[in-house]
Amino acid sequence: MSALVVLPVVVPLLAAAVLLLFRGQREFQRVLATGATALLLVVSAVLLAQVSAQGILAVQLGGWQAPFGITFVADHLSAIMVLITAVMALASAVYALVDIDPEREASGFHPLFQVLLVGINGAFLTGDLFNLFVWFEVMLIASFVLLTLGSSRAQLEGGIKYVSVNLVASMLFLTAIGLLYGFTGTLNMADLAVVLPEHDAGLVTTIAMLFMVAFGIKAAVFPLFFWLPASYHTPPIAISAFFAGMLTKVGVYALIRTFTLLFVADVGYTHTILLWIGGLTMVTGVLTAAAQNDIRKILSFHIVSQIGYLIVALALYTPLALAGAVFYLVHVIIAKANLFLIAGITRRLSGSFDLRHIGGLFQHAPFLSVLFLISALGLAGIPPLSGFWAKLLVIAAALEAAQWWVTGVALAVGLLTLFSMTKIWQYAFWSPLTNGVVLAQRPSRLLYAPTIALALLILLLGLWSEPLIALSDAAAAELLDPSRYVQAVLGPATSDVGLGAGHAPVAGGRP
Amino acid sequence: MNSLILRTTTQLMITILLLFSVFLLLRGHDLPGGGFIGGLVAAAAVALYLIAFGADAATLLLRVRPRALLGAGLLAGVLAGLMGMVTAEPFLTGQWLIFDLPGNAEVKLSSVLLFDVGVYLVVVGAVLTMLFALEQG
Repeated sequence: MSALVVLPVVVPLLAAAVLLLFRGQREFQRVLATGATALLLVVSAVLLAQVSAQGILAVQLGGWQAPFGITFVADHLSAIMVLITAVMALASAVYALVDIDPEREASGFHPLFQVLLVGINGAFLTGDLFNLFVWFEVMLIASFVLLTLGSSRAQLEGGIKYVSVNLVASMLFLTAIGLLYGFTGTLNMADLAVVLPEHDAGLVTTIAMLFMVAFGIKAAVFPLFFWLPASYHTPPIAISAFFAGMLTKVGVYALIRTFTLLFVADVGYTHTILLWIGGLTMVTGVLTAAAQNDIRKILSFHIVSQIGYLIVALALYTPLALAGAVFYLVHVIIAKANLFLIAGITRRLSGSFDLRHIGGLFQHAPFLSVLFLISALGLAGIPPLSGFWAKLLVIAAALEAAQWWVTGVALAVGLLTLFSMTKIWQYAFWSPLTNGVVLAQRPSRLLYAPTIALALLILLLGLWSEPLIALSDAAAAELLDPSRYVQAVLGPATSDVGLGAGHAPVAGGRP
Repeated sequence: MNSLILRTTTQLMITILLLFSVFLLLRGHDLPGGGFIGGLVAAAAVALYLIAFGADAATLLLRVRPRALLGAGLLAGVLAGLMGMVTAEPFLTGQWLIFDLPGNAEVKLSSVLLFDVGVYLVVVGAVLTMLFALEQG
């Protein structure tokens, strides 16, 4: 079933092409876009099931053998990420049916959203570094247009910051790729994993640092995160929520992939740097969030702080920590995006995102308050919600690795997260309405449907976390044993060549 | 731009440019050329017409919106890729249909050509979308 590996890219690509052809028909566009996203969810679920049943799947596009052609690889990590992308895409697509105005739909919101999905899924599935760069660019261009669609002043301002900083990251990424290619003569990740140990570790680490900065900007880590809070609050909520959930996580995915598969020559050096970056990211994100009053800005800074946990988990580089990273990724994507979606509904009810102008929502919308509580407490890591297990895994891994200061920081940041969430709760929901207005109109049920589904998912992952933990363990086991990835891509012929064993010619005929 | 020389030359040139773009597209299969460069030449032909006669005339000439060309090209490319999967080979694997003609000749039709046509249309669509936006904006 190798065809399955490319379907998460092909389905949205086909949808985008058809949507471009029928640009005028609004109803048709809405039905097709939602249908294609639902189909993507089905395809992604089947892919994850196949990967758990059969192990890593690889396909050589066009039949050109690795390391010469482009390889698509689905291991547990990729398949989990593709599935969670599809879940979030469907939630955002349904929410967008109400949230996105007809004008934005006419300017091409639906095809652009599908192109964004193409870019994200391509990045998760590709097994080639240059191809990864291409998918990042597809994603960047689509997200830039989505961010500025509607061309309000704030959007353009945010968009300029977003695109200029991300283009710098892309240039660094491309430079690093060029150096690596000049150095090794290959860009296939599995092939690189085989040949890199034969090269001078110092030079490899130098190139690794370039990749770390490039992906670090994309993932919004300290001190390169400033573009994120400057831009994420400007577009409509359906777009903000999807960006908040997914985009930085693609950067985190790229970091996890490269710093487990390729750059593990000097773990003591690279991963210690990652540990510091992670710790500082957590702290700066959560502290700056405490100073904000706009709900979307508070949430944007919390994205940064949560990225810190993911980076720390990667830096610890133990089976437990990497399993924690995967679990945390899934949890934080759902919780964060759902908080954005709920913020969108509170805005419709109260007319503002500013905490100083809204209030009394618990009285007027008790159900929405419950949804908010589930997501917010989930994000803060209160049992029995999904965030509890995610944080528990990461903190347990930090204790196991005897990294005491990171453990302390992670616990403190958890408390401060709770503080920020209670701040929103206190002002927007609990306090009596003082100088704001509660609008009479009831938000459409279509807005509630995705938030309810995601809140249930947070509950479910908390109460019945066993399956996801098992999947995360499987993903971590694969990440820590690159030879399985290499074997899936380059074939069993090279399996007898151990990693770092120093055999020069591997995949027949490389010069 | 209102220039008699430009308008007269454009009417002569556009046919040659469009024919040349198709020539480049087909030649690209084994020799230098291909969908990308062919598409650029075709877009240049329409751009010339756009400069000489204005955006309205160029829209009439094109008959379809540039963005529809983009969609059609994308569709052609993906379909060409999917053809490989029909025979249970990986995505994007080239598929061939060979017809024998009398006189020891043969005609080869391939999904590779369809893919190249897709690239051609995407390039024409993308370049013209930008040019029309600039001209009208």
